[in-house]
Amino acid sequence: MSAAPHTEREIQWTRRHLLGIADLSREEIETVLDTAPQFAAVAKRKSGIKKVPLLTGRLAVNWFHEPSTRTRLSFELAAKRLSADTLAMTTSASSVVKGETLHDTLANIEAMQADIIILRHDCAGAPHILAASHTSHVINAGDGRHEHPTQALLDAFTIREHLRRKTGNPEASLDGIKVTLVGDIEHSRVARSNILCLNKLGAQVTLCGPATLMPARVEEMGARVCYDLREALRGADVVYSLRIQLERQQHGLFPSIREYIRLFRVDHDSLRHAPEDALIMHPGPINRDLELAADIADGPRSVILEQVSNGVAVRMAVMHLLVNYGGAV
Amino acid sequence: MRDDAADQTIVMQSEAMQVHLRRMAREIAKANPDIDSLVMLGILRRGFPIAERLSKLIEGMTGRAPEVGAIATTLYRDDISRSPASPKGYTHFDFEIDGRSVLLVDDVLAKGRTIRAAMDEVFDYGRPARIQLACLIDRGGRELPIRADFLGEKIPAGDNEWVRVRLRELDGEDMVLIERYAREEEEDAAEETA
Repeated sequence: MSAAPHTEREIQWTRRHLLGIADLSREEIETVLDTAPQFAAVAKRKSGIKKVPLLTGRLAVNWFHEPSTRTRLSFELAAKRLSADTLAMTTSASSVVKGETLHDTLANIEAMQADIIILRHDCAGAPHILAASHTSHVINAGDGRHEHPTQALLDAFTIREHLRRKTGNPEASLDGIKVTLVGDIEHSRVARSNILCLNKLGAQVTLCGPATLMPARVEEMGARVCYDLREALRGADVVYSLRIQLERQQHGLFPSIREYIRLFRVDHDSLRHAPEDALIMHPGPINRDLELAADIADGPRSVILEQVSNGVAVRMAVMHLLVNYGGAV
Repeated sequence: MRDDAADQTIVMQSEAMQVHLRRMAREIAKANPDIDSLVMLGILRRGFPIAERLSKLIEGMTGRAPEVGAIATTLYRDDISRSPASPKGYTHFDFEIDGRSVLLVDDVLAKGRTIRAAMDEVFDYGRPARIQLACLIDRGGRELPIRADFLGEKIPAGDNEWVRVRLRELDGEDMVLIERYAREEEEDAAEETA
């Protein structure tokens, strides 16, 4: 029988690893977003088994060098919903891991025939080093201040799903929408991956936060910087609040928490300057009433828990694409 | 759609298709006296509109319309890396499978692998009392022990032929075509000569 004529968009995916949004083209990002809805539907099944047999017999290893709840559980659940086996490994966050140790550990994991390595590491570039010299599929689950690609993908997916529901247009894209990121941009890999991802999808990004938490020359990444929250929220379709990393407060990067709240907290008061239907997002964990008012986080405009649900579907899509389309191990 | 078909022949017109669907609906109704226990799952994309039409025809005959859902099978295929990762539609239905009589509906039955995938998917939703299969065309070339319980027409097709069903819901017209493609060896030879 001749090959099936293609009636659907043909898959263009050859990537073995997901290391950062910086590597991805707009088409690749959209392929991930287009692959995810069928996995969201798997989780919403009313009866029967909430999993599909796409990675049966494969082994996914969660290797987290830094504390994490959401991301680790999300990846583990995504792997399980694809019928993969999972192992979890945690290393003390305080230990400084040298390159050699990293390689050795991975060589040991690979000796157990792992197919997917999901790595979170406090050193920027750690997943890239592993991907260059090992055969398993490497997924970056956050490396230092560098990137957190699956977070940016699930955020883009959440925004896109909302636009499509709101406009009734099943093809609606992020082109031209305005997204304002508020908070600690400097230490945030979530912000970095989101700026890259949103830009590639055609959205306009505004950054807002204390000058001490704003990276130098960040405009060159294609974002507008604004130090006045009210100004930054004007016309925003999405208000994305970032976590203030209290553990860094001792370095005195802003004068006081009270002052931060007064100038930069996303709450009823500041949101009067944003459109009424602006979406509220946050990558978690939230410092309630610090960067984001609790009633806003729990309010009708917040899609924070949708981000969490979508995270599983998007991570399923990523693992499926890397393993089933990105070449065998 | 491939546009390199060397030639194509119309093998079924709209009128013949209606006749086949009406007869199939009659047979389905006769084989399922308890229409309320019958649910239909159309395999995306072209099995779904056919399932909707059969349900309507059955309603005309019995006064009861079997519930219709859509099943994608893409996540259960054995040739996953060759099928599209981002299908336009995915499985959706609102009814229970447990204890029901499930009728799978597809446009063309060929290798039988799609049906195998669909059955695996159905079992992940529950335990049906039984599964039956309705297909508009059987083009032959089976690789699994699967046959249609309700069939429109047998249209045997060769290795270099593609049976294409066109439906007014998706394609604006009802028609079945056989498209012929150059054999791969011939294509290779042609490339070498070129």
